[in-house]
Amino acid sequence: MTEPVLSVRNLEKSFGALKATDGVSLDLRPGEIHALIGPNGAGKSTLIGQIAGNIRPDRGEVRFAGRDVTGLPTGARARMGLGRTFQISALAMEHTVLQNVVLGALAARGGAMRFWRPVLQDGALLEQAEAALGRVGLSEHTAARTAELSHGQRRQLEVAVALALRPRAFLMDEPMAGLGAEGSKQLTGFLDGLRAEAPILLVEHDMDAVFALADRISVLVYGRVIATGTAEEIRASREVREAYLGEEDA
Amino acid sequence: MRERHINAILLGGLLATALAAWGLDQPFTITLATKVAILALAGVGLNITLGLGGMISLGHAAFFGIGGYAMGILASHAQNYTPLMEAPLLIEGTNSMPVIWLVAIAASALAALVIGALSLRTTGAYFIMVTLAFGQMLYYFAISWPAYGGEDGLSIYVRNGFPGLNTLDPIQFFGLCFVLLCLVLLFVARLGRAPFGLALTAARQVPARVEAVGLSPYRLQLVAFVLSGAITGLAGALFADLNRFVSPAMFSWQTSGEIMVFVILGGVARLCGPVAGAALFILLEHWLGALSEFWHIYLGALLLIVVLFARGGLIGQIAGREAAHD
Repeated sequence: MTEPVLSVRNLEKSFGALKATDGVSLDLRPGEIHALIGPNGAGKSTLIGQIAGNIRPDRGEVRFAGRDVTGLPTGARARMGLGRTFQISALAMEHTVLQNVVLGALAARGGAMRFWRPVLQDGALLEQAEAALGRVGLSEHTAARTAELSHGQRRQLEVAVALALRPRAFLMDEPMAGLGAEGSKQLTGFLDGLRAEAPILLVEHDMDAVFALADRISVLVYGRVIATGTAEEIRASREVREAYLGEEDA
Repeated sequence: MRERHINAILLGGLLATALAAWGLDQPFTITLATKVAILALAGVGLNITLGLGGMISLGHAAFFGIGGYAMGILASHAQNYTPLMEAPLLIEGTNSMPVIWLVAIAASALAALVIGALSLRTTGAYFIMVTLAFGQMLYYFAISWPAYGGEDGLSIYVRNGFPGLNTLDPIQFFGLCFVLLCLVLLFVARLGRAPFGLALTAARQVPARVEAVGLSPYRLQLVAFVLSGAITGLAGALFADLNRFVSPAMFSWQTSGEIMVFVILGGVARLCGPVAGAALFILLEHWLGALSEFWHIYLGALLLIVVLFARGGLIGQIAGREAAHD
């Protein structure tokens, strides 16, 4: 079996008496989309935060690209190639679409401590940013101010910013949130192709997208992973149906 | 009107005012124009943290004062022919402007590094309070430091020299200050468009994103704070040389407030906002000050109007919502 790109071992995190993460282990293998689902309050965001580096776990280990990154801050993990999209778009609204994507490519290409040459005259950087915008279908909006974009376009831009980093793995927190049926379908098609480039750990509420995309699904309930398996296995699991899917069927 | 045209008009107007006053033999007006250039420079420094970085520093008087005292201390030793330090190595005072500027820049940058490293651990109102507290600490330190005049400040009898120029001639000193202002404006204009400016302005809007793409908002802001402090420190050294006098008032929180007023009146994050703001401030001080010693009331009213109805300041009103970048 191939070495996982990202793996989490026995992760624990409590807030007071609440165990938000209770001994979670999971991994992300090359070429796969691993979906993380669970009802509201299951601890998905806390888990994502610990993987990204914003939240320090109480116990356990996060490994990325063959290294223990548990003690590393968010920025260092990103520079190692962990690309992230946010549940609520985190974009610089005053900046243009292009500037947002250039920002995403900056760390990998020379860093931000350059004070003289205009960033929009850096050919290599621009090329990388424009390529990322082209792939999500925002080429026509490069010069638009981000605040002028529709919600759906902002979700696309969110993905483009992460792409510009040329990551080794993606951490996507509800990329479909707020998208209409058409938008969801488009993004689903895009992510489907993206997995060959870099595996995706996908947190998503849109079950159609999850079942269409995921090679494996992990179900998180009250901070624990109660099942991991293929879409078929998860659908068939009685435990999962009771804990989670059952609610939707009812 | 495009912002760069307004900038050209502002700087051209300042230069023309000084030259006209020189032609008409009105040295006092040249001095006013020089004051505008120097105070604008202090504001340009603050605008890096306040405008680009979104950090509300109410402690920039610290750097203005450090620049001023760098000039005062070096020049007073040169004036009295006493060395600054004898052991372990001999350091003499100096009355050479370039040396004084370098010392002022280095000292205020170092202070900004320390103050920034500590205060950037906080945000919002706490950041304002911590920077204010550092400024006040230096204010009281200057008051209680008898070696350099304490409360009374320090007088320097002859303006410091610059190779090849007679700095006592008002128009020549104005020229020096004006050139420095333009050079710093050029640097800040490039800075805003460079990778650093992009990352810094993004860190103001969405720090979480900046971290997620592998950059450190803290480091960006700290570097901005140091650059900002160094520029305001340089302005402090020039201001001291303009007045040939340094006093603890340069460190006072009112000074921090005034520098912030220049930026807000002219337009936050606008390249030449501080130039417009400082010019307006000096004009009001000069005209209204002649009418009433309570002219600050009118300044206060004007500030209220700008903050309530004209957020982009003077430049924002004329240039419209055109972004500070294109």
